[in-house]
Amino acid sequence: MNAAFALIARDVKLALRTPAETLTILAFFVIAPTLFAFGIGPEPQVLARVAVGIVWVVALLACLLSLDRLFQAEADDGSLEQLVLAPAPLELLALAKCAAQWLTTAVPLIVVSPLVATMLQLPDEAYGTLLVSLLLGTPTLSLTGGIGAALSVGARKGGALLALIVLPLYVPVLIFAVAAVEAAVAGLPVRPHLFLLAGLGVLALTVAPFAMAASLRQASE
Amino acid sequence: MNTDSPAGLDGRALACRRGGRAVFRGLDLRAAPGELIVLRGPNGSGKSSLLRVLAGLLAPAGGTLAWDGEDVAEDPARHRARLHFVGHDDALKPTLTLREHIAFHAALRGAGTSDPAAALDAFGLAALANMPARVLSQGQRRRAALARLLAAPAPLWLLDEPTNGLDAAAADGLARAVAKHRAGGGIVVAATHLDFPGADARTLTLGAAR
Amino acid sequence: MNWHRYASPANFKRLSDRLLPWAAGGAALCLGVGLWNALFVSPADYQQGETVRIMYVHVPAAWMAMFAYANLALAGAATLVWRHPLADVAGRAIAPVGAAFTFLCLVTGALWGKPMWGAWWVWDARLTSVLILFFVYLAYMALNAAFDEPERGARASAVLALVGVVNLPVIKFSVDWWNTLHQPASISRLDAPAIHSSMLLPLLAMAAGYTLFFVAVTLVRMRAGLIERRIDALQQQHLADAERA
Repeated sequence: MNAAFALIARDVKLALRTPAETLTILAFFVIAPTLFAFGIGPEPQVLARVAVGIVWVVALLACLLSLDRLFQAEADDGSLEQLVLAPAPLELLALAKCAAQWLTTAVPLIVVSPLVATMLQLPDEAYGTLLVSLLLGTPTLSLTGGIGAALSVGARKGGALLALIVLPLYVPVLIFAVAAVEAAVAGLPVRPHLFLLAGLGVLALTVAPFAMAASLRQASE
Repeated sequence: MNTDSPAGLDGRALACRRGGRAVFRGLDLRAAPGELIVLRGPNGSGKSSLLRVLAGLLAPAGGTLAWDGEDVAEDPARHRARLHFVGHDDALKPTLTLREHIAFHAALRGAGTSDPAAALDAFGLAALANMPARVLSQGQRRRAALARLLAAPAPLWLLDEPTNGLDAAAADGLARAVAKHRAGGGIVVAATHLDFPGADARTLTLGAAR
Repeated sequence: MNWHRYASPANFKRLSDRLLPWAAGGAALCLGVGLWNALFVSPADYQQGETVRIMYVHVPAAWMAMFAYANLALAGAATLVWRHPLADVAGRAIAPVGAAFTFLCLVTGALWGKPMWGAWWVWDARLTSVLILFFVYLAYMALNAAFDEPERGARASAVLALVGVVNLPVIKFSVDWWNTLHQPASISRLDAPAIHSSMLLPLLAMAAGYTLFFVAVTLVRMRAGLIERRIDALQQQHLADAERA
C-alpha cells in the first residue's frame, strides 16, 4: 500500500513541477468548445441544447490526451521495469498510476468545467448534476484509458492507436453521464443515470487493474 | 526444501526464445551466497535476456529457476522482493532530485526506513542530492541508478552493463558496494562487455557454446 | 492434454487439410441453396415487399459478427493462458474475417434502412451497437499490427479481446438505454420479422453457409499465418547464423 501511495505522490509531484502539461490539457478543454460555438453558431438555445454533450466529449478527449504518456513515459526511461519488479502487486501500482492521472488531469478539468458550461449556455439547474457526473464518470475514463495506455506501450503510432482502442470503450460513460445531466435539465430524476455511472466505475475498477497489469508485464518482457 | 539444491540462485537448463528464435537453451547458472557472476558474450548472445529471465521479467521458455531450492515461479512476488535490477536505462525523472529518487525507490521496494544520503554518498553523489536529474551528466545518472541498490536491502543484484559511462573512480565505488554486498552474503549477476571490478568473479560466457 | 496434440503446427496442417475441403464445399453449397431460396423461392414481405430479402444477408452477418468475436475472445484467452503460437495465429486470422462480417452487416443495414426509414443511416440501437463492435474489431487489428514483435501484438490484442468481452455487453446495454431515451419506440428495428418456415429455411441455410465460410477462410488464413511465422523464424535464424560465421 505504501508503494502505491508513494507512486501517487511521485506522479503528483512530477505534474506540479511541470505544470505545462496539465495546463496544456486545460487549455484544450477550454479552446475546443469555443470551436463548437463557431461551428454551431452562437444562438443560446442551440448551444444550451448541445452544451452537456460538448462538455463531456471534450472532457473525454482531454482525458485521452493526457493518457498517451501515462505508461509510455515510464517505459521510455526504464521506470516501468522498476514498477513491474516492485514487490507490491503490479495491479495496485497500475491503479495508483490511474489515481495520479485522475488527480492531475480530471480534477483540474472538473474545476474548470463550470466555466466551459457557462460559455455553452448550460441551463443553471444542470450544474450540480454536471459536476457529480464528472466526479463519478472521470475515474472510469482514467481506468479504462489506463488499459488502452498500457496496451499501447511500445507500439508504433501510440497516440492514434490509443484513441482507437479507448474511444469505443468510453461510449457507456458518455451515454449515462450526458443522460444524467439532460435529465436534470428536463427536471427528471437523475439518480438512475448516476447509479449506472457509478456502476461503470465499479466495473472498471474490477477489470482495469488486471488488464493493465497483464499488458504492462507483456510490455516489459 | 530440496536437499540437492544449493542455497542461492539455481537456474537449470534455462531456455529463452525471443521473436521465434532461440536466444539460448540448456543454460545452467548457479550462484551461492557471496558470489559474483559476470556474464560475457557478444551482442545478441542473450546476456540481457538472461538477466530478465533471472529477474522474472521474462518467463523462461524452458528450464527452472530456483532460490534456496524453491521454484521462483511459485511465488513471483517473493522473488521480486529479493532482487534489485539495474537495467540499460537509468529510470530517472528529469524534475525529481536524486534524494527523491532514492526515497521513492525505497518506498516502492517496501523498505521501512531508508537512508538516501548514505546510498548517494557511496557513489559520490552526496553533493548532488538535491539536484534534479535533468542537470546530471551521463556518468552521474548511471551512478544515481546504481545508488538505488543501496536504497533497500535485497540479496540478489542483477546489473545490466552497470559500468557504462562510469569513470574509474565511480567504478571503484561500484566495486566497493558489490564487495560489501557479497561480504554480507549477497549475490551479484552482472552482464558487461567491459571489465567488471570485483575480486574472484566467476565468468559465464554466452553465445559461444552453440 | 488432448488440445495440445492438435496444437502443433504439423498436426494443425494435417487437420486443416482434412477439414478445409469440407468447410469450403459446404459453404458453397449452403450459400448457393440459401441465396437461391432467399432471392427467388421465399415470399416477399407484405409490408416491406422485396426489400425483406436483404434480411437473409443482413441478419446472419450480425450473428457472425458476434460469433467471430466470441472466437476471437477464445483465441485471446488461449493466447494468454497457454501462450501457444497457434492461438496467436488464430486471433490474427479471425479478426479481419469478423470485421468483414460486421461491415457486411452495417452495409446491408444501410441498404435496408434506405427503403424502410428513408435514410442510409439511422441511429437504431442494434445498428449502433454493431458499429461500435466494428470499431472494436478495428482497434484489435490496429493493436495486433502495432508492434515490431508479432508476439507482443498478439498478446496485447488478446487482452483487448477479453476486455471487449466485458465491455461489449455494457456498451450494448448503454446504447439501448440511449436509444430509448432519444427515440420513440415506434421505429421498427431491423430484424427478422415473425418467422415463417419458408423464410426460416433460407435464413438457416445462409447462417450455416456463413459459418462454414468463416471456418474455411479462417483455416486458410491460419495456415498462411503459420507459414509467415516460419519464414520469419528462418530469416532470423539465417541472420543469427550469418553473424556467427
